[in-house]
Amino acid sequence: MSILVIAEHDNTSLRPATLNTVSAAVVLGGEIDLLVAGGNCQGAADEAATVDGVSRVLMADDPALTDGLAENLAPLVESIARDYSHVLAPATTYGKNLLPRAAALLDVQQISDISAIESPDTFVRPIYAGNALATVRSLDAVKLITVRTTAFDAAGQSSAAPIEMVSGSQEAGLSKFIGEELTRSERPELTTADIIVSGGRGMQSSENFGMLESLADKLGAAVGASRAAVDAGYVPNDYQVGQTGKVVAPDLYIAVGISGAIQHLAGMKDSKVIVAINKDEEAPIFQVADYGWVVDLFEAIPQLEEALDSPSS
Amino acid sequence: MKVLVPIKRVIDANIKVRVKADESGVELNNVKMAMNPFCEIAVEEAIRLRESGRVEEIIVVTVGPTQSQETLRTALAMGADRAILIEADPAPEPLAVAKLLRAIVDKEAPGLVLLGKQAIDGDNNQTGQMLSGLLGWSIGTFVSRLQVEDAVVRVTREVDGGLENIELVQPAIVTVDLRLNEPRYASLPNIMKAKKKPLDTFTPETLGVDVSPRIETIKVIDPPSRAAGTRVTSAAELVDKLRNEAKVI
Repeated sequence: MSILVIAEHDNTSLRPATLNTVSAAVVLGGEIDLLVAGGNCQGAADEAATVDGVSRVLMADDPALTDGLAENLAPLVESIARDYSHVLAPATTYGKNLLPRAAALLDVQQISDISAIESPDTFVRPIYAGNALATVRSLDAVKLITVRTTAFDAAGQSSAAPIEMVSGSQEAGLSKFIGEELTRSERPELTTADIIVSGGRGMQSSENFGMLESLADKLGAAVGASRAAVDAGYVPNDYQVGQTGKVVAPDLYIAVGISGAIQHLAGMKDSKVIVAINKDEEAPIFQVADYGWVVDLFEAIPQLEEALDSPSS
Repeated sequence: MKVLVPIKRVIDANIKVRVKADESGVELNNVKMAMNPFCEIAVEEAIRLRESGRVEEIIVVTVGPTQSQETLRTALAMGADRAILIEADPAPEPLAVAKLLRAIVDKEAPGLVLLGKQAIDGDNNQTGQMLSGLLGWSIGTFVSRLQVEDAVVRVTREVDGGLENIELVQPAIVTVDLRLNEPRYASLPNIMKAKKKPLDTFTPETLGVDVSPRIETIKVIDPPSRAAGTRVTSAAELVDKLRNEAKVI
């Protein structure tokens, strides 16, 4: 078997999701090539060469690939993919945008968002917002797969694989990158954080989210949110945890003022320990919480910060 | 410009799904069905584009069993002009759906295909992207803002890091995300009017598309359930549990 992993990167460095995707490839077993397709992407390729388990880095460097546009990337993936038994990409917005287009070009029915590997052609994936787990077998000759990154540990980075250049991309002339508005934060990234403090509609305002940020900083945590909080404009879209937002599985998830709609639970119920803080004791979030505290969050958060400051007993 | 809006009938988003005892799938009998929430947003956006004068005709299309007609009627009641049912039971996989949609695009020649970013049953998030690959058209996925100009469509995409703005050459495919709009409810007079709007029916055979499955479902099971938790009554107690029992801080 030979596996192609499509790296997600910003041209200078790898996105962490790439490391989890390589780990899924390691579970499959076989030779693993890591494709870094970008523009001026030597930095990302150099980092890709350090990833444990990778045999070769394939670097495609072309201005048309700089911004990750699917129209320009998919034909490149198509031209390379036929040499492999499996093509893997992370189930992030990058992988979800790109891989199905490549799958259509290859006439392959992609398997999305796998959370476990049973055999080289059989995979487990959540359906219905994680309320059911399907075990499915792919009948296609080449398997195109997106990987739920929280289901696989990050690969280490202590190797030195060779880098080979590949070509085959061209400007499709179909779309143009105009710009981006990225959220800048000093806190850990949501999908890789060990601890997440997440707020819902109960936070009532953007200003009140400041309380959560202060708590998060005390814990070295990332800040997340429910759809309700994002829709209400309290925080940007990239904070959203849930079925259609980000899927997270930290060691500790603290849900504050979140009722626990199934769509939200879908994004966080694989967390190791869940804490729910909500004044409504009927809130569904308590059904998945290891520790539930029925309390007004505006009283609870300052008390919690204070308790964290006191020495451990 | 014509807009094509592919939609899907799924279990209502508010219903808790039940896995069948024989592990063959999820129980669909006697379960409330509805239009996939993302599809409603796509229909709504198409209507708003027509109201702004950018679009002349809205065609909704679905692939599924006969009962999917109800979902098409819902879209017609919201304001779509006519409907196409591609009858297939069970509903085919995303690649086959994309091929069926390509056949409809070839017939109708829309300038824009607007569809939901994913259906909440299979959570595949594939159909729009696959259709774009088959047609060789531009694609904007996870779109929360959309502006149709003369030759291009400007979109804002919700990506993991924040927002991204791109420009798509027409004809284009756009998959919509939650915050693009809030779909309207159909009024009673519009529900009555929708019954008289045209609805054509095709089958995969009449469209010449092979919809044989490429994926075999071996089993569908319940996810592992979480053990019942405990209640705490103070911050000190919670912090103590997290430090000494769960050992996560």
